[in-house]
Amino acid sequence: MLQEIPASYCYILSAIVFVIGAIGAITRKNAIVIFMSIELMLNAVNLVFISSGNAFSSMDGSVFVFFVMTVAAVEAAVGLAIFVMLFRIRGAVNADEASLLKG
Amino acid sequence: MGAISFKLIVFFVAALVVIVSSLLMTTRKNPIHSALWMILTFFAMAVIYLLLNAQFIAVAQVMVYAGAIMMLILFVIMMVSLDNGAQSEQKKISMNFTKKAAWSLAVIILLLELIFGALFYQTTAKIGSYPAEAVTSLGNAKTVGTLLYGQYLFPFEIASILLLVGIIGAVVLSRKSK
Repeated sequence: MLQEIPASYCYILSAIVFVIGAIGAITRKNAIVIFMSIELMLNAVNLVFISSGNAFSSMDGSVFVFFVMTVAAVEAAVGLAIFVMLFRIRGAVNADEASLLKG
Repeated sequence: MGAISFKLIVFFVAALVVIVSSLLMTTRKNPIHSALWMILTFFAMAVIYLLLNAQFIAVAQVMVYAGAIMMLILFVIMMVSLDNGAQSEQKKISMNFTKKAAWSLAVIILLLELIFGALFYQTTAKIGSYPAEAVTSLGNAKTVGTLLYGQYLFPFEIASILLLVGIIGAVVLSRKSK
């Protein structure tokens, strides 16, 4: 029987990845890279779901990750459509210059 | 069997790949390079899911994230920012000290929330009724499917409606306005 991976290692890895994603989402200007950083943060949370589901012998973690993936797919479709529209209007996908809603 | 098992070594290698490739993802100037590093991150994450006995989610990760979502993102990068994708990063980040401090405080609070939340639930949670051996003998995908079409049937249907709304929203948004 192989030794199980301690859940705390996964929590630490998830925290590191989440913070990398958060820093990327804050500091980058390209809207698509910000979007990818948000996907990275979602993945870090998924890792917590999976590892705690494994640690507590529960399948709820896997089911919730399934729903998070569904929402991420929808978010990708709508978000990328918004980027295409933003590019048509502004000629670039720079998040700092996208201030159309300011009026 | 030594002090460190084979599984743990694989975990550490995959974790290293995840951290390095996500760091490279956030720091590369060219968005295409960022997207390619992101795909590597997702693959390494799928390896970690496999180590945590979540075979179905590992396959879904490779298919949905590394396959579908990243391909979509690559297409949009190539459509949108062929010539000015790299240049949109030229301006240096100009933040005053208060803004910097506020952002770093926000990141630290997020990190602490994640760690303490996980540790809190680690000490208070109850043990569920799906131990790894039983799930493996029945099949991981079968167990997840039984739960999705049984206990979680209503959220599953809501998720399908959400996907439909997303498709319609994407089509309406990207349609050329007259």
